[in-house]
Amino acid sequence: MLRLEKRPQPSRLWTYLTPVLAVVLTMLCGGLLFSFLGKDPVLAIRTIFWEPLFSEFAFYYRPQLLVKGAPLVLIAIGLSLGFKAGIWNIGAEGQYIIGALCGAGVALAFYPMEAAFIFPLMVLAGGLGGWAWAMIPAFLKVRFGTNEILVSLMLVYVAEQLLASMSLGLLKNPQGFGFPGSRNLQQYPSAHNAELIAGTGMHWGVVAALIAVIFAYVLLNRHMQGFYIRLTGDAPRAARFAGVSPTRLVLFCLGVSGALAGLAGLFEVAGPSGVVSIDFNAGYGFTAIIVAFLGRLHPVGILMAGGLMALTYVGGDIAQSKLGLPKAAIQLFQGMLLFFLLAVDLTTNYRIRLRRKEAS
Amino acid sequence: MDLSAINPTLLLASLMVAATPLLLAAIGELVVERAGVLNLGVEGMMITGAICGFAIAVNTGSPILGLVAAALGGAVLSLLFAALTQYALANQVASGLALTLFGLGLSALIGQGYQGIKPPSFPKADIPLLSDIPFLGGVLFRHDFVVYLAIALTAVVWWVLKYSRIGLVLRAVGENHDAAHALGYKVVRIRVAAICFGGACAGLGGAYISLIRVPQWTEGMTAGIGWIALALVVFASWKPWRAMLGAYLFGGITVLQLNLQAAGVAIPVEYLAMSPYLITIIVLVIMSADKSRAPAALGRSFHASQ
Repeated sequence: MLRLEKRPQPSRLWTYLTPVLAVVLTMLCGGLLFSFLGKDPVLAIRTIFWEPLFSEFAFYYRPQLLVKGAPLVLIAIGLSLGFKAGIWNIGAEGQYIIGALCGAGVALAFYPMEAAFIFPLMVLAGGLGGWAWAMIPAFLKVRFGTNEILVSLMLVYVAEQLLASMSLGLLKNPQGFGFPGSRNLQQYPSAHNAELIAGTGMHWGVVAALIAVIFAYVLLNRHMQGFYIRLTGDAPRAARFAGVSPTRLVLFCLGVSGALAGLAGLFEVAGPSGVVSIDFNAGYGFTAIIVAFLGRLHPVGILMAGGLMALTYVGGDIAQSKLGLPKAAIQLFQGMLLFFLLAVDLTTNYRIRLRRKEAS
Repeated sequence: MDLSAINPTLLLASLMVAATPLLLAAIGELVVERAGVLNLGVEGMMITGAICGFAIAVNTGSPILGLVAAALGGAVLSLLFAALTQYALANQVASGLALTLFGLGLSALIGQGYQGIKPPSFPKADIPLLSDIPFLGGVLFRHDFVVYLAIALTAVVWWVLKYSRIGLVLRAVGENHDAAHALGYKVVRIRVAAICFGGACAGLGGAYISLIRVPQWTEGMTAGIGWIALALVVFASWKPWRAMLGAYLFGGITVLQLNLQAAGVAIPVEYLAMSPYLITIIVLVIMSADKSRAPAALGRSFHASQ
């Protein structure tokens, strides 16, 4: 019989070990799944985790890792602040869409003018758009006590409909021969979020993601607001006695995560994607939840987790084209990762002991 | 625009059909939350149920077997959540999200070969005599049996929670798990059973969508109904009959919105399609004024040694 014994404080060793353990377990289970689908498990895992980094075509895949990783890290950093304090914004996908719509809207309003101020203005609009979308659940929570989980999620569906409406209506390309979708921002130099160094995949979104990591690290370790966030998560009652205002915390956490998600959407629409279309959103907002947890809600951890998750995206694409591995299998693989992570997390807070039958 | 094209009998009848998956999922989640567990994975369990039911129904040719398989599928998936939250003591919000992400991936994977197939049609259970009543007969008594099953389930859950010993124990676990434990009730076991029941209900609701309401399989076809069911439980203040009222209200909104789309109202389709979600938010705002009804131990994990 197994028995759980609460540790006096979370184990440091296991804090670092659990993500690794979860990844290993997911690989094992994922391999089983792949062999169940009739693929060679070792080859599949190798294709996903090795090929994008070290194969002979890696020069092509490595930039892709930055492109996929940047929005994930950017969104996950924002989410992690809230998750730490027990404020659950799970509508990042919606904020991502609205950020992209606002940024693209600004760009298309100025088209075809060329000016240096357009891109900064787009960045501002994207961030503000995401922020405003996240302020809806934040305001409703602080004013009426409404559950922010459900409201932020409902707004994802609203944002998706808005995206459809925009790409078929307001933002539709007038020279697009009636096809849905906006003008391609990649062909509009003032609005294009181009690679900073050609062939590296390094665009402004990657820079923003790195800045966000540093910002979050400083905030959480060196700043009062960061301390309040951690305090509220660990001991809500103590936080209230210490004079932490829950209202301000909710507004701050949801606002920051919304703005970062909006920025991620903007950088995506102005760069790698280029077009506002019905299926523009690729689920980054939801995958970022996995990234945040896999990174243990720690900025540096999230950076690494974002890289790993980007690897599953890029490697998954390769496996899809080379081995015919279905896309859904990769999605399932990512979901499994979160499961294992939550399961092995037990070991950080509890010791597992064998128990003999004792007389009671 | 031609509003006269909307037939009130058909509208009200399809309201009952649209409300049934919501009602099933909401009743299941209501029981789970009354036991003090917040399972945010309803969407994942629904979509898994939808594809399990669909696949079995197509392969065996029996829609009834499909429904059974859907309930089983939902329950098995919910066991994962139970293992995480009740035995590994993981955070319930995070685990619920994990369940939804996992369920969406799993259903997409299973459903690959099933796109564009028509499932075996479901027998209508016209109630003799009653279904011949003009208007009312068409609205109330010409449905498949799952519609009535959902209503019956509501009644049973209401009765069990209010009048039976099992219901009392379940509520005790949900209000104060330490006290329930001290009285000798198996908190974890009761919660696992409740989670399983919730999973089965959600799975059934999902299969109702893929087998009867739509009826076909598309990826992500539940489109947030699981989340609306979660909101319904709050709307209902954790009371079964109010959950039913809420489900019928939302079913009505969905159906009306679809009918307005078909009638060619001047409002763009996208704005009509977002209305159920917006109304859910408004309802949540109105209902969140009174939090006193929520089970006191909702969302807290239980470990006997603490």
